[in-house]
Amino acid sequence: MNTVENFEIFAPRLIDKRELFCPGHRACQGCGEVLALRLIMKALGEDTVVSNATGCMEIVSTAYPHTAWEVPYIHVAFENAAAVGSGVEAGLKALRRKGKIADRYVKSVAIAGDGGTVDIGLQALSGAMERGHDLAFFCLDNEAYMNTGIQRSSATPFMAATTTSPAGKAIKGQRTGKKNLPEIMVAHNIPYVATACPSYPIDLMNKVEKARNIKGPAYVHVFSVCPTGWRGASNETIKLGRMAVETGFFPLYEVENGKYRLTMEYTEKRRPMEDYLKLQGRFRHLDPADIAKVQALVDKEFRKLMHKVETSVPWS
Amino acid sequence: MGKRIGMEVGIAAAEAVGLCNIDVAAVYPITPQSHIAEHLSDIVHDGRIDAEFITVESEHSSISACVGASATGARVYTATSSQGLMYMHEVLPIVAAMRLPVVMGNANRAIAGPLNIWNDHSDIMNQRDCGWIVMHAENGQEVIDMTIQSFKIAEHPDVMLPTVLNMDGFQLTHMIEPLEFPTQEEVNKFLPDRVPFATLHPDKPVSMGCFNMPEIFTETMKVKDTALINSKKTIIKIWNEWGKQFGRYYKPVETYKSKGAETLILTVGSMGETASVAVDEMKKAGKSVGLVKLRLWRPFPLEELRAAIKGCKTLVVMDRSVTFGGIGGPVATEIKSLIFHDKDRPRIINYLMGLGGRDVTVEDFISMVERAAKKKDETYEFYGVRE
Repeated sequence: MNTVENFEIFAPRLIDKRELFCPGHRACQGCGEVLALRLIMKALGEDTVVSNATGCMEIVSTAYPHTAWEVPYIHVAFENAAAVGSGVEAGLKALRRKGKIADRYVKSVAIAGDGGTVDIGLQALSGAMERGHDLAFFCLDNEAYMNTGIQRSSATPFMAATTTSPAGKAIKGQRTGKKNLPEIMVAHNIPYVATACPSYPIDLMNKVEKARNIKGPAYVHVFSVCPTGWRGASNETIKLGRMAVETGFFPLYEVENGKYRLTMEYTEKRRPMEDYLKLQGRFRHLDPADIAKVQALVDKEFRKLMHKVETSVPWS
Repeated sequence: MGKRIGMEVGIAAAEAVGLCNIDVAAVYPITPQSHIAEHLSDIVHDGRIDAEFITVESEHSSISACVGASATGARVYTATSSQGLMYMHEVLPIVAAMRLPVVMGNANRAIAGPLNIWNDHSDIMNQRDCGWIVMHAENGQEVIDMTIQSFKIAEHPDVMLPTVLNMDGFQLTHMIEPLEFPTQEEVNKFLPDRVPFATLHPDKPVSMGCFNMPEIFTETMKVKDTALINSKKTIIKIWNEWGKQFGRYYKPVETYKSKGAETLILTVGSMGETASVAVDEMKKAGKSVGLVKLRLWRPFPLEELRAAIKGCKTLVVMDRSVTFGGIGGPVATEIKSLIFHDKDRPRIINYLMGLGGRDVTVEDFISMVERAAKKKDETYEFYGVRE
């Protein structure tokens, strides 16, 4: 039962005080991902079944015989959270229809990191979304394989240093830009796609609530600051998340039935990327020319998004 | 009991699943399993059964969706073959460790490379150590019967393990055979609703698939091993129940004219039918030859095998799969190691044959037995190779 039925009139003091993802887990200090997860669970409520991919959140929360989960939870493997979640949805639907379980709506959600979503989990995710399951998928994107030791993924940003895209003498970090997964999800013609960041908790919870209430496939891409992997200070998680959004590097928006809408306002002049980059060790090898290249890429992606915001119309 | 009808075995497998009140099926098509996938979707789409049919984008997702659905308490089914089974491989040990009663049909087909869509057992033999109950059907009637039995075995509270029923691709799946179906009432009587041990539901939240530290992992592995070993008792019990209700009895190791025979052929799967004709021919010619057929591969029925081969001098093991690197085929290799210390154990001659759809005829079986008699040591041989 959700305490708050309508998040549109939602205020911080109305947030459910119960923790469905409990303290005592083993996440790093300042982990943005675990903060996002905690808020997601508060917005989802207890009538939820979680299918979790292998990754940081699975490892920190379920060392047998311990669990941080107050809702039904299943972990199977790395790449198949969406497939497991679609099986959970189908199972619950059939059992409810046949009167074998209580006649009550229970939401199936799948949660994975960026590797389990944009790389190894992409096929299962694409299949689940295309099939139209009543499944909400949350990607907790910390921009690399943090659980295995900070290796690059296709969600790693341009020029970031990771342990497999190091800042070398010949090649300066990640050679490609971030794969635009929200865009790929929009191309699946699903009713709801959003980006979110726990630095904007109310916006995040609103989007989670929307994803939950859509009786169909929904996808929320959650920017999750990783002080450990980004070589940042653990007390600057919220600040880094805000900067990623303010620079337009990770804009907050949602796509409802094909209609793009920014969920925060941008002024003509966005915060420069340099502010964001200089707080992180993974970008410390960047010289002014590199920073200009990163800025140009961010500007280009932002323009593409703004074009969609201005021109897109809803399918229905 | 209904009357006999002519039907393709793959379609019959789907019809048998249709009698089992499944809740969810997740199937990805692959030759030669595809008729099962097609016909099962017909059954669901025509509203003959009330189930969710998930048209997954891969076998990895079909087995993963089965795990998710089974964890909610649903009765689930999937079917695959060859590369599909190989693609599922990562998830298979997890299903067994989670003690989820997923039922699978596997249309046995060679694994690549090179690509080959025809029958052998290399697909299932590569899954040997996953912790599943592995059974082989010899003919179409057994496919029907054992499919229905599989659900009862897998879901039994003393078992709670996934099962895979192997049926030889093409040689069995695409044969049209005279088959007898039990009625819905008879199946309902035999197969009760699943009573799951724990389910994913907010009324009683549980965490499934928690990872194990070194302090507990060994214990988990022992439990998994013990559960599979112990399942044999229940499998036999359920086969006897089936026999009492339907008059067709199933045993972990089947025998054919094996009593007192000096030489025994050992087969797995559909080749047992051809081998039994070969045994008849050889008996007619005055040879002391019999047949032993392995129905249950995991858990391995060691006592039953010992009893079946007792007193024979030569055991000719037919392997439809290769354990590359100099030790022959998996069936022979295992039997050799299991009876190594047995007093008066038979000499084991191993043939690797029927690979990738190569026909094995009555004459071939006779020829293999004759050549086995002349062999001096316990070797293996690729039978029928054109050098």
